[in-house]
Amino acid sequence: MTDFTMEKGADGVAVITWDVPGKSMNVMSMEAWPVLEDLVDDALADDAVKGIVITSGKEGSFAGGMDLNVIAKMKEMAGDNPAQGLMDGLMNMHSILRKIERGGMDDKNKGGKPIAAALPGTALGIGLEIPLACHRIFAADNPKAKIGLPEIMVGIFPGAGGTTRLVRKLGAMGASPLLLEGKLNDPKKAKTAGVVDEVVPADELIAKAKEWVLSEPSFVKPWDEKGYKMPGGAPYHPAGFMTFVGASAMVNGKTQGAFPAAKALLSAVYEGALVPFDTALKIEARWFTNVLMNPSSSAMIRSLFINKEALEKGANRPDVPEQTVKKVGVMGAGMMGAGIALVSAMAGMQVVLIDQKQDAADKGKSYTADYMDKGIKRGKATEEKKENTLDLITATTDYAALEGCDLVIEAVFEDPGVKAEVTKKVLEVVGDDCIFATNTSTLPITELAKASDKPEQFIGIHFFSPVEKMMLVEIIKGKETGPRAVAKALDYVRQIKKTPIAVNDARFFYCNRCIIPYINEGIRMVAEGVAPALIDNAARQLGFPVGPLQLVDETSIDLGAKIARATKEAMGDDYPDAAVDEVIFWMEGEGRLGRKANAGFFDYDEKGKRQGYWAGLEEKYPHAEEQPDLIAVQHRLMFAQVLEAVRALEEGVLEDIREGDVGAILAWGFAPWSGGPFSWLDIIGSPYAAERCDQLTEAHGARFTCPDLLREMAEKNQSFYRRFGNEAQAA
Amino acid sequence: MTDAYIYDAVRTPRGKGRKDGALHEVTAVRLSTQVLNALKDRNGLEGHAVEDVIWGNVTQVMEQGGCLARTAVLASDLDESIPGLAINRFCASGMEAVNLAANQVMGGAGEAYIAGGVEMMGRVAMGSDGAAIAVDPSVAMETYFVPQGISADIIATEYGFSRDDADALAVESQKRAAAAWDDKRFAKSIIEVRDQNGLTILDHDEYMRPGTDMQALGSLNASFQQMGEVMPGFDAVAKLKYPHLEKINHIHHAGNSSGIVDGSAGVLIGSKAFGEKWGLTPRARIRQTTKIGTDPTIMLTGPVPATQKALKDSGMAISDIDLFEVNEAFASVVLRFQQAFDVDPGLVNVNGGSIAMGHPLGATGAIIIGTLLDELERTDKEVGLATLCIASGMGAATIIERV
Repeated sequence: MTDFTMEKGADGVAVITWDVPGKSMNVMSMEAWPVLEDLVDDALADDAVKGIVITSGKEGSFAGGMDLNVIAKMKEMAGDNPAQGLMDGLMNMHSILRKIERGGMDDKNKGGKPIAAALPGTALGIGLEIPLACHRIFAADNPKAKIGLPEIMVGIFPGAGGTTRLVRKLGAMGASPLLLEGKLNDPKKAKTAGVVDEVVPADELIAKAKEWVLSEPSFVKPWDEKGYKMPGGAPYHPAGFMTFVGASAMVNGKTQGAFPAAKALLSAVYEGALVPFDTALKIEARWFTNVLMNPSSSAMIRSLFINKEALEKGANRPDVPEQTVKKVGVMGAGMMGAGIALVSAMAGMQVVLIDQKQDAADKGKSYTADYMDKGIKRGKATEEKKENTLDLITATTDYAALEGCDLVIEAVFEDPGVKAEVTKKVLEVVGDDCIFATNTSTLPITELAKASDKPEQFIGIHFFSPVEKMMLVEIIKGKETGPRAVAKALDYVRQIKKTPIAVNDARFFYCNRCIIPYINEGIRMVAEGVAPALIDNAARQLGFPVGPLQLVDETSIDLGAKIARATKEAMGDDYPDAAVDEVIFWMEGEGRLGRKANAGFFDYDEKGKRQGYWAGLEEKYPHAEEQPDLIAVQHRLMFAQVLEAVRALEEGVLEDIREGDVGAILAWGFAPWSGGPFSWLDIIGSPYAAERCDQLTEAHGARFTCPDLLREMAEKNQSFYRRFGNEAQAA
Repeated sequence: MTDAYIYDAVRTPRGKGRKDGALHEVTAVRLSTQVLNALKDRNGLEGHAVEDVIWGNVTQVMEQGGCLARTAVLASDLDESIPGLAINRFCASGMEAVNLAANQVMGGAGEAYIAGGVEMMGRVAMGSDGAAIAVDPSVAMETYFVPQGISADIIATEYGFSRDDADALAVESQKRAAAAWDDKRFAKSIIEVRDQNGLTILDHDEYMRPGTDMQALGSLNASFQQMGEVMPGFDAVAKLKYPHLEKINHIHHAGNSSGIVDGSAGVLIGSKAFGEKWGLTPRARIRQTTKIGTDPTIMLTGPVPATQKALKDSGMAISDIDLFEVNEAFASVVLRFQQAFDVDPGLVNVNGGSIAMGHPLGATGAIIIGTLLDELERTDKEVGLATLCIASGMGAATIIERV
């Protein structure tokens, strides 16, 4: 069986069907290209064939795109001179697609055969780039289908002519949301956007496409006609000029200059717009090669796609039977508990939401109602769905309602005493098999587990706030946590469609362990007289969604102060962060508690909208005359985090660097272009990283001391993914 | 090495660079030609007297394209044996023409040159010649391109100039320009623009608004706030390059930025031997010429390092300079210059500048050298420095001293 097959009909239409064996959705592989080419050659050469329809054998979809596993490895597979190998491969692909686009016409646009694409549904990436090379795109009226070019989301751009064709079809302005934001449309919207040509009833899809190819249509692409002009104007056309000037600025501002694919895409668009079509394809191939050669693209694909998916599918799940959660108890209906109830109910679980007072429990449940109302307003939910979801949630004060729960998640006040009491009360009413999870962000799981007589069934499930938005869940294994508890937590996370990482118990687990030094480094710099804008902007230019100071405001100063006091008490003389505490205790004393107080590092207006940095900050910590270089600030912020990640690995808190990378990006937005802390270290190289550690230690203190593991790797010039990952996963 | 002297300097009045501007009917070639002919006639030269015409001009397309310098020579009373060189260093093109001419004379490549420039901003739109630095993402993103108005606002933010500071400078520019005209201080250099029948088309700078006060300027909206903060958001780009800035302070508007005008100017540069041959007395020696590159994002700070370099190379100190012409491209450019050198604002642009009278891009560099020389003579001072900020992050300066 092959990926593409062809059937020549008596009506003179050759139907090429894409149907990759053993896959629910078609993905393109390197091996399939020549198969497609042979079929096209055959049909074009066959006098009995009047036209061609290319469609899919999968119900509801045409294709999901290129196999990202293949893209991630393309550079490695490209031979001794990878740039040349990639370029040759891309040009070969262009020649196949161009063959389809020319349809056998001569260079005067005479003769040839029309080729229609018939999309039963979803067509993504290469799954849309092939249709774009055809002469007319028919899409089945399937509202669930997604059509678009999402490549930019994983750090590449459409490199099979999609960029060049879409810009020539829609103009730079029209194509920009599709290319730069990876915007996906349903078929109707795709037609409005000009991406597909016809939307037809699903059962008439092939008939309509055939009808068109048999109608002796004129099918020369506009850009193959003499006098073609780009919609909206080419770069040096007065109308196009401002579009292109604006595009660079917008992309630069939005990406903070941190995503190489966006830059390469824009350059391909601009340079391609100035030359004939075939030259433009060559330019596109050069820039696409450039992106593939950049370690950022393979690191992004590896973390954001391949490894994220692997973790979601249970890469580190213990080998125990299915642990699907049917009824979950949520203890505490505060912000976290309410969010946990929401996502659990959305996933179809029975939810018992318990608080001490009925109105508190009800308020927690109303969080779901409000959320669904917002969804209804935006057309994402229905009244019916809202009712069904609310019906699943029982808000009560009565512990007896927990009967039958197979998982209970505790999200009460962060106090070991309170948590222990709740744990005991819950265990009195639930069955012996029930797994008990605590949603603590700071308290050691092993200690909390002592409240349970079944510590092997006790586990940490650390959600991030707001629960419904944050895609990562950090699962923490206490010393005695058993495999079934781990499996339960992982299965639960899969049910609520989030991404899990599972780490071992230690102070602040993994995520907060890295986030806190990041924030602290920012605060230290404030005390040193570094301009706050430089601190936050330096982080944003690394691709962090918010800088450390803004992050403190979001999470609140008093939480920081509380954690600091607790840490100081626990560590005693070893406590290294007195310089940080000076600032946060002072801020706390000034009532600058963060966004929730409408006063933090920033000022806020009455509506809570963030204004500028608080003037009092500069009065207390005047800006130094000499400000550090951007890179110096960035390295302090980066190393503060990645060294903690390395230490977490060294100490066995992290068991899998994939979890360290995926977790960092999803939990606190760690420079996504880098692929995560370990990927970043691999990009800069362990010898350089160790050298920088020494310099930073000398300049700023022992917290930058190179971990032994990194030192050893530097000496051997090793990378994390080669040493700890599957060889094939290496970027 | 031979010394290079200024023998004469002329300029046309500046017309509003709009459809209703007085010079809108005049072609770039004809305006240039009148400057070339004036220099020839006023100095009793024959058509072959100079080695070359070096003509600055920024937007070199359409009527300003195709080596306008050569076309202007052919259309003028100069001999066809004089070639013509069109040059573009953006706003300093006119100055660069003078500097290039002076350096050729100093190096012995010819005895004399006419150097200057022209810009018909109302006829050939600024930017209509394209610019890869703005449009090509590979360059625009890597150099953090922002338009000049944003750059001027970055200067204001970085160096702490307020809207009031800028408006006050603009009011002063208007006041000084009006006083200079009233006092006929430009009379020596101004040549009326005439039609082919000798009828006067324009005999004064028509862009000026002499009554301008702080209140009038206060009512104007900042010109670059929208493009900075909203679409397409150039402030974000500015902050990529200047990450210590929290927010860009948008202080510039039409009233404290240079005016869009039509105009032309030329300077006659020659050696001592040239003067002796034609019976001319040198008015000033070109003491130093300088050009320099700076950060393209803040773009317009070039006058400071250009001046530093000019002073260093000539062995002079800022206190040796008696008068300054610092092109008023934007108020913050001049404010930054005064701040950096701590010079008395009473010595800078004493007869107003481009905010009041306009900035015909390719000509301004030559205009301010002429204005500087006239004022040195009027006040019997010795040494003057003229400098301009330049697009894409450059700076140029010329030091002249009377002889």
